[in-house]
Amino acid sequence: MLEIDQIDVSIEDTPILRQADLTVGNGEVVGLLGPSGSGKSTLLRAVAGLVDVASGDIRWDGASLLDVPTHRRGLGLMFQGYALFPHLDVAQNVGFGLRMQRNATPGPLISEALEMVGLAGYENREVDSLSGGEKQRVALARTLAPQPRFVMLDEPLGALDRNLRRMLMTEMREILTEREVTGIVVTHDRDEAVAMADRLALMREGTIVQTGTLSEILDRPANDWVRAFVS
Amino acid sequence: MDTGDGRLRRSIRWGWVGVATVPALFVGYFFAYPVVRILDVGLSELSIGASGLQARLLRVGWFTLWQASLSTVLTLLAATPLTWAVSSYEFKGRRLATALVAVPFVLPTVVVGTAFLSLGFVQSIGSILAAHVFFNVAVVVRTVSSVWSRIDPRLIEAGRVLGAGPWQTFRLVTLPLLRPAIAAASSIVFLFTFTSFGVVLILGGFRFATLEVEIYRQAVNLFDLPLAASLAIVQLIGVTTALYVYSRYQESRSASWEVAGARLLPRPRGAMRWLVGSVVIASLTVLMAPLISLFSDSLGRGFYTGLFGSDAVVGSPIASVGNSLRFAAIATLISTIVGLMAAAAISARRGTLSKWFDMLLMLPLGTSAVTIGFGFIVALDWPVDLRASFWLIPIAHALVAVPFVVRTTLPTLRSIRQEMRDAAAVLGASPWRVWRQIDLPIVSRAAMVGSGFAFVVSLGEFGATSFVARPNIHTVPTMIFRLLGRPGEVSFGMAMALSVLLAAITAGVVMWLDRARVGELGRF
Amino acid sequence: MRLSKLTAIGISALALAIAACSAEQAPGTLTLIAHDSFADGVTEDTFAAFTEETGIRVEVLAAGDAGSMVNQAVLSKGNPLADVLFGVDDTYLSRALDEEIFRVYRSTEVDKVHPELVDTQYRVTPIDYGDVCINYDTAWFESTSIAVPERLESLRAELYASHLSVEHPATSSPGLAFMFATIAEFGEEGWLDFWADLRDGGVRVASDWTTAYYTDFLTHGGPSSMVVSYASSPPAEVVFSEEPIDSPPTGVIEAGCYRQVEYAGILAGTQYPAAAGKLIDFMLSLEFQEQIPLSWFVFPANQDAQLPSVFAEHVVIPDDPARLSPAYIAENRDRWIDEWIQVMEG
Repeated sequence: MLEIDQIDVSIEDTPILRQADLTVGNGEVVGLLGPSGSGKSTLLRAVAGLVDVASGDIRWDGASLLDVPTHRRGLGLMFQGYALFPHLDVAQNVGFGLRMQRNATPGPLISEALEMVGLAGYENREVDSLSGGEKQRVALARTLAPQPRFVMLDEPLGALDRNLRRMLMTEMREILTEREVTGIVVTHDRDEAVAMADRLALMREGTIVQTGTLSEILDRPANDWVRAFVS
Repeated sequence: MDTGDGRLRRSIRWGWVGVATVPALFVGYFFAYPVVRILDVGLSELSIGASGLQARLLRVGWFTLWQASLSTVLTLLAATPLTWAVSSYEFKGRRLATALVAVPFVLPTVVVGTAFLSLGFVQSIGSILAAHVFFNVAVVVRTVSSVWSRIDPRLIEAGRVLGAGPWQTFRLVTLPLLRPAIAAASSIVFLFTFTSFGVVLILGGFRFATLEVEIYRQAVNLFDLPLAASLAIVQLIGVTTALYVYSRYQESRSASWEVAGARLLPRPRGAMRWLVGSVVIASLTVLMAPLISLFSDSLGRGFYTGLFGSDAVVGSPIASVGNSLRFAAIATLISTIVGLMAAAAISARRGTLSKWFDMLLMLPLGTSAVTIGFGFIVALDWPVDLRASFWLIPIAHALVAVPFVVRTTLPTLRSIRQEMRDAAAVLGASPWRVWRQIDLPIVSRAAMVGSGFAFVVSLGEFGATSFVARPNIHTVPTMIFRLLGRPGEVSFGMAMALSVLLAAITAGVVMWLDRARVGELGRF
Repeated sequence: MRLSKLTAIGISALALAIAACSAEQAPGTLTLIAHDSFADGVTEDTFAAFTEETGIRVEVLAAGDAGSMVNQAVLSKGNPLADVLFGVDDTYLSRALDEEIFRVYRSTEVDKVHPELVDTQYRVTPIDYGDVCINYDTAWFESTSIAVPERLESLRAELYASHLSVEHPATSSPGLAFMFATIAEFGEEGWLDFWADLRDGGVRVASDWTTAYYTDFLTHGGPSSMVVSYASSPPAEVVFSEEPIDSPPTGVIEAGCYRQVEYAGILAGTQYPAAAGKLIDFMLSLEFQEQIPLSWFVFPANQDAQLPSVFAEHVVIPDDPARLSPAYIAENRDRWIDEWIQVMEG
């Protein structure tokens, strides 16, 4: 279970997160929804340890993560724009996390991950030669292959066209369920959030305004902004 | 449809030939032709099997090779901390630091040699290596940091999130991404140290002779042109081999990675501040020590005002500054145009022809100044007698500077994706317009780095200049050499003052170029 | 009719050509190729009197050091870069003469030069000479009460050898001259033993004059109280002193000096041999000769030339400096340098 407890984060002296508060239960996927600039990515980066947390705490199963360096947190983060390593081929990208775990025989796991995202046989392709949808799938496979205990996806469908998005949305949900993933999916699109997540968290100006399922939120919106944003 | 396509291809191919012609003619006429002519003159008298020839070649060739390799490795190591600091963080004085490292690059070897000796270095191989590092750190810092500072930070973060520690991330992500830039910088450092002359003479004594030193000795002192020509050929073979290995290495890795736009670097915080601060201060202190010794020597009575006066023997020393700036401006213009056209031609085509063309352009860096200078004398009397023209000075400088422009612009040009050009073409841009609107703005930043190097190379050039018969015009390095060549405190003091002035002008020009570069970036 | 017209044109053209060959037209400009250190000392005034008198301007080409200049002249033989060459010395003279790059010319002024300096076949004309001598720091010898050595032989002692700085003969022209001086003094049999003693005594070897003089020499902050330099260095110390001084801080040891003569010559293939001859005459005239000491710190070849007072007061012109013939040098130099390196560097 991940608990984000009242954290404040500033970047270059500008406050980005203010008292942000969110809990994600085991096996649960939360859809983090909010307008751009509301601090969604920063929240993920705080959990990953890529930005400093000024106050508050982030805990995994009760133990604070704040003093654990990024690479020991055992998390998965899929970046906006994918951030695939251009100097490595598809298999090396997907196998990077396994390599860090000193997995001596990553081959089968890499193939399995690629199969899962529908890219069986892509092992030796250069990442530069992939289409946008293929890059997205490689990035997902790379994030999931090391089997992280907690997964964060930052606008995973961001740059893709509508048809592709609709298709991948469903596919992604299946993969997350099948792997029993605990995690957060960031998006600015309500339908995407609903399709991929069990529960929604609404974020505005660095604060989590309301959490709950879509129908819970629609029934009892916390304020006018929430009502306008989700409907 | 089919014929239309063919015509289009053909016109593109002719366009390529057009772009490649200018640099090919430039390097062909001012480098390849004179070198072939002078080697022909030398070799026509050669009797193979002259006694001790092979042993001497082997000894000198081996020393040249290992000292150049070791110098290159040491330069890379010494440059790493500072490169890291200026690539990763924004801090007060960052621009000044990157400008100051360029200063040693232009200082005449005789001045630096004197400074090293007065700092307590003795004649030894260690001193040679130290001076090589001192001279070339700028090449590594500036070439590598221009790529490093633009690596997408998310790639590093992705490595961290996937479980790689800071060191592993550096080794597995950053370093491979920097590899083309490191290879480019290393090849230039290698060529410079492979052909080292003044440093080896002053700090090595005669025990250590590079091929360059031996060529000079055989040709100029002993009039043994055949032996000098054989040595020059060995040198050319060595340089070509090194370049070939380098180009093979470049090819095996895709160099065409998307280069992110400029980004704002973070300021260092917490313990990082101390680390960055001490790295910068320590690196600059070591680099500046010889300069500080110069500076303190220049502070005698009237040394600086003496420069502005008229000296009975050398005329007005300050006039040499104007001459140097003029030559440097012309050399920079020539090398930027030629270098950009060459880089455009090389990046447009992959294949053997491009590869060899690229290597040909690099060769002047690795060819001895004697060979080029004497080559000019035997070759350049047709169609116009250029042998004693002042144009030879900026042309010789430009020959050495073109590789800098090519090396710094080529990776960027290769990284421009074809779709961008296609998009512009679809929007109605002619190939020339495509180049002007797409390639040129993107490459201009890298071109500014290259031009900056070209300018600085020209300001400090001494070797090639001194083997060209030229009108009696002083550049700053020849003026310094002249002042150092006569007895008396004032002569020495004025030489040091002029060196300090040269260092200040260099730092100023480099800072101005860096600034122009940032302004340029603001526009896209 | 037609034919005769053509013939007339042909004949007049031929006549013009012959006229052009026999009576050379005066050039607007003569080109003088010289080594850098000569070119550096040329100012607007240097050839002003010549231009005034003849209407010919003199353009100076700088061609690197003396060796590089002679090479350039040899490589451009037949289609020379310049009309007159200045600055070839004994060290490189053989090479230049063997390649026959000069046109014979006997200057009207050459009788005023000491006959020992003159080339008997008049291929080149002596313009100046300089002496390479050991300089010493006067204050050091005074304060230590050690006697200034009077003969090269004395330098064998460790006391002196350890305080001497010399230049490498392969890379420095005063270094080479000093090596010649030791060969002239001790002969082919003995000179290497002398150098072995210097080596054992701890002599310093610098690659060039600048390093030896400004880094090794005590007067400029180094450890050696003696350095191989020029006889004209002490007056230069006075002229280029930071504070005005009455006497130089350095002196010259007269023993072991070597004389280098610098020559000028008309390059074969010039279009203006007559004008070039006039330029050589000018370079031997008092007008030019009296500029020589303060411009280049060497001595005028013309014996009538007056020395400037700073030279007259502080200069030592050694009585009997060593000289070796250009042919002897050309034949042996390479071997001598190799042997020197063998002894000094093993």
